Amino acid sequence: MQELHKLTIHESHKLLKEKKVSSVELTEAILKHLNKVDAKVRACMTVTGENAMAAAKAADKAISKGKIEPLTGVPALIKDNMCIKGVRTTCSSKMLENFIPPYDATVIEKLKAVNTVIVGKTNMDEFAMGSSTENSAYFATHNPWNLDCVPGGSSGGSAAAVAIDEAIYALGSDTGGSIRQPAGFCGVVGMKPTYGRVSRFGLVAFASSLDQIGPITKDVTDCALVLNVIAGHDKRDSTTAALDVPDYTKALKPDIKGFRVGVPGEYFVEGMQPEVRQALEAAIKKLEELGAVIDWNVSLPHTKYALAIYYILAPSEASANLARYDGVKYGYSYREAGTMWEAMEKTKQYGFGPEVKRRIMLGTYALSAGYYDAYYVKAQKVRTLIKQEFEEAFKKYDALVTPTSPTVAFKIGEKTDDPVQMYLSDVCTLPINIAGVPAVSIPAGMVNGLPVGMQIIGKHFSEETLLRLAYAYEQATPWHTKKPAA
Amino acid sequence: MPQRGVIAILCDVVNYETVIGLEVHSQLLTKSKMYCACSADYASALPNTHVCPVCMGMPGVLPTINQRAIEFTLMTALALNCSIPEHAKFDRKNYPYPDLMKGYQISQYDAPVGVKGYLVIDVEGKKKKIGITRLHLEEDVAKLVHRNTPEGETYSLVDINRAGMPLMEIVSEPDMSSPEEARLYLVKLRAILQYLGVSTGNMEEGSFRCDANISIRPVGTTEYLSKVEVKNMNSFRAVYRALEYEAQRQRDALASGERIVQETRGWVDDKGVTVSQRSKEYAHDYRYFPEPDLPPMAFSREMVQKIEAELPDLPEKIYDDLIAEYNLPPYDAEVLTQSKHYVAYFTTSIGLKSSMSTSDRQKRAKTISNWLLGEFTRLLNAKNVKIEEAKDKVTPENLSGLIDLVDKGTLSGPLSKTVFEEMFNSGKPAGIIVEEKGLVQISDTSEISNISDKVIAENEKAVTDYRAGKEQSLTFIIGQVMKASKGKANPAVVRQIILDKLGGK
Repeated sequence: MQELHKLTIHESHKLLKEKKVSSVELTEAILKHLNKVDAKVRACMTVTGENAMAAAKAADKAISKGKIEPLTGVPALIKDNMCIKGVRTTCSSKMLENFIPPYDATVIEKLKAVNTVIVGKTNMDEFAMGSSTENSAYFATHNPWNLDCVPGGSSGGSAAAVAIDEAIYALGSDTGGSIRQPAGFCGVVGMKPTYGRVSRFGLVAFASSLDQIGPITKDVTDCALVLNVIAGHDKRDSTTAALDVPDYTKALKPDIKGFRVGVPGEYFVEGMQPEVRQALEAAIKKLEELGAVIDWNVSLPHTKYALAIYYILAPSEASANLARYDGVKYGYSYREAGTMWEAMEKTKQYGFGPEVKRRIMLGTYALSAGYYDAYYVKAQKVRTLIKQEFEEAFKKYDALVTPTSPTVAFKIGEKTDDPVQMYLSDVCTLPINIAGVPAVSIPAGMVNGLPVGMQIIGKHFSEETLLRLAYAYEQATPWHTKKPAA
Repeated sequence: MPQRGVIAILCDVVNYETVIGLEVHSQLLTKSKMYCACSADYASALPNTHVCPVCMGMPGVLPTINQRAIEFTLMTALALNCSIPEHAKFDRKNYPYPDLMKGYQISQYDAPVGVKGYLVIDVEGKKKKIGITRLHLEEDVAKLVHRNTPEGETYSLVDINRAGMPLMEIVSEPDMSSPEEARLYLVKLRAILQYLGVSTGNMEEGSFRCDANISIRPVGTTEYLSKVEVKNMNSFRAVYRALEYEAQRQRDALASGERIVQETRGWVDDKGVTVSQRSKEYAHDYRYFPEPDLPPMAFSREMVQKIEAELPDLPEKIYDDLIAEYNLPPYDAEVLTQSKHYVAYFTTSIGLKSSMSTSDRQKRAKTISNWLLGEFTRLLNAKNVKIEEAKDKVTPENLSGLIDLVDKGTLSGPLSKTVFEEMFNSGKPAGIIVEEKGLVQISDTSEISNISDKVIAENEKAVTDYRAGKEQSLTFIIGQVMKASKGKANPAVVRQIILDKLGGK
């Protein structure tokens, strides 16, 4: 018997289309495997088995009528900050412990329209604030490659789940690296599309000008297949681009001859794990072998400010985005208060975890009268400089290649007492959100039994270029076929 | 020596002038709310029935801009002679309150839709320009209803229907120097909004709200002293009274050596006073920053010119037209143009007489204006009905028919008021009412002569007084004849007959 849970999207699709397997069989296999391994990995926040079986039956019915798309009948997991009508959406926060949205996020509508099978919601850092999924108000997720290690974050649940085959694919969200860094730590493919490529409607906001939803998949082909479905203009999200969505699978060609690839030195930071550096250098040489023209001496000098301005801009926006959780309308509500103000204050005091409160405080401070110009306005100016720096670079290069993170996955508990060390784990991914450009992380080596991620960055709306480079590399290397022991 | 003391004191008396600036918030007459597709027509709806995840501020939802609201705001900005910047943007105004669904209001901070405009008011026959600082768009908040349990505990209910309604804020310069000027400004502004069709301008229902900033300063100085913000004024009369009160309160305070505190005060209408609400020490830091969910807006010059070209006629122009075309007195033209609905009624009514000669039309125009500003307005006020509603009963055709009857002599002046009231109540045309009630004017001299004889016989004293030179007695006697004829006698005929009988002039 074939182990169905190990399939990719394109493999599942072939079997479903040839009617060699039904969506019900595939979904049952996934749920069975998920129940077996999730006790250790703890990737899932909510498993919606009944909904999944109903969706699988609906998918089989559609398939029997000849209505089959690449994602039809394929089981998926969704990060717990995307709203699914009627399904609890917690953002891994006590604040939304029992929040059941009466609407679907646009990406969920799109997935449902092609009869994908959603099997549940994945654990994350509370409100997507964190880099290890340890900030979940409920439990930490473990890295399937080494259960003592973190899976990265904040989409750690989605990345760990895909790595250990709890789902064929997953959706994550990325504000400063929250798809790519966990994808790198877990040895899967994770893409943050261009800001405005995928609708944010129904994604619980952390930092509105940086948040973007993207695929977390087992290989590059799957990444293109998911992006095909979720990308596109949405009239409910004014920040989405009114551009046509190409068929991203057309970019999946092994030939990258003549592609100009730059390697920015600033991303090989001090304190970087030497083995990660070696793995990256080897990976870049592989790209060169495949025909890419490598420039090893690119400089993006404003990179060093990215972390600082990220921790001004993201918390500023978050301080407003999280103001709605006041216990009046939904979610956690402190009921023992004597006054309205006390009720609102205590709701926030007990409903939010420490990292969320820290960022609300940071953002509130940065926006305060007397500090606004020195922090928020200055940070926006630097943001413009970083954007321009990328634009200049992309006049010369088709893509830039960097490590996804300076290290492989670290130990659970290792950085929880030191927020700055934790923040530094996103140092290679933050600038990409600040510039709004797309980037993908793909497996590019193993260090001490843990995966290494390579980040490929392109100009706005150049997802096809990224997928082509990623696909060529993937086809020429064995990393995507490596699996953690179940 | 005491005299010198008096002079010294007189020299200390400072003359103060009042400085007033107004902030008006007007809901816009769009079909849907500002940032979502919910119907804006919630006036008679049950609480929390015109709501959706967007206006309820649920997690993950995003706003989208109501383009009609932008157009309405651009129209208003242009009508108020504002310049329209090339770009405008929305900002988040952060403050926690249970009526604010997202914990921030999407408003506009430093890039509003319109800046630097003005409107002209007529102060005792003189034109005065009142500067408009800025005009921007934002969203309304939910309505809180405060209740008590039978045990006396207070609690509040939230009605989210109003949350997310488009709200246009119009900020004036501190250019008004009396409560009357403030009132004139509001009347004019409301008329403009109504002519544009962007607002009902209804203050009592809260779709048109006004806060005032008021301070006083020694005449001849240009600095602003501590200003007081006055809120809770729910009618034009309340604005006027509150500002009168506040201007006097500040003068009294300075006269008794007190300092005026910069603060917000609320108008308490039934007591006729303002009371301190909060001092500025507790002022919010709103932490404005650009709204990341809404891209900045660009206003192309072509678009602005197109909107400007399509603006409807505004009160200024209609005022001039009324005087030029119908020779109406300025007072009539001014009062008529204060309401778009009055002008519409007037225009339809006079339009029915397009075949008249110019002089007859002008005479008719004045008669229509008299009815509108007199009896019609009196009844509207007395019955608390709006002309938009009453015009279905007293149609312009019906009023025209009534005036025709009076002109022909079929109906007397006094009786025409009775008929008008009946028209107002029943919606019937004047001719039918006259027929039904037998109100045709008596011009038959023999009938009036008989009634007059009777009245003269019964009022010997008045007759004697008149003959002794007391003119009022004549009016009294004529009145008695009119009364005896149940108002049906033709007053001119009555007057002539009485004069004949009493041997008058």
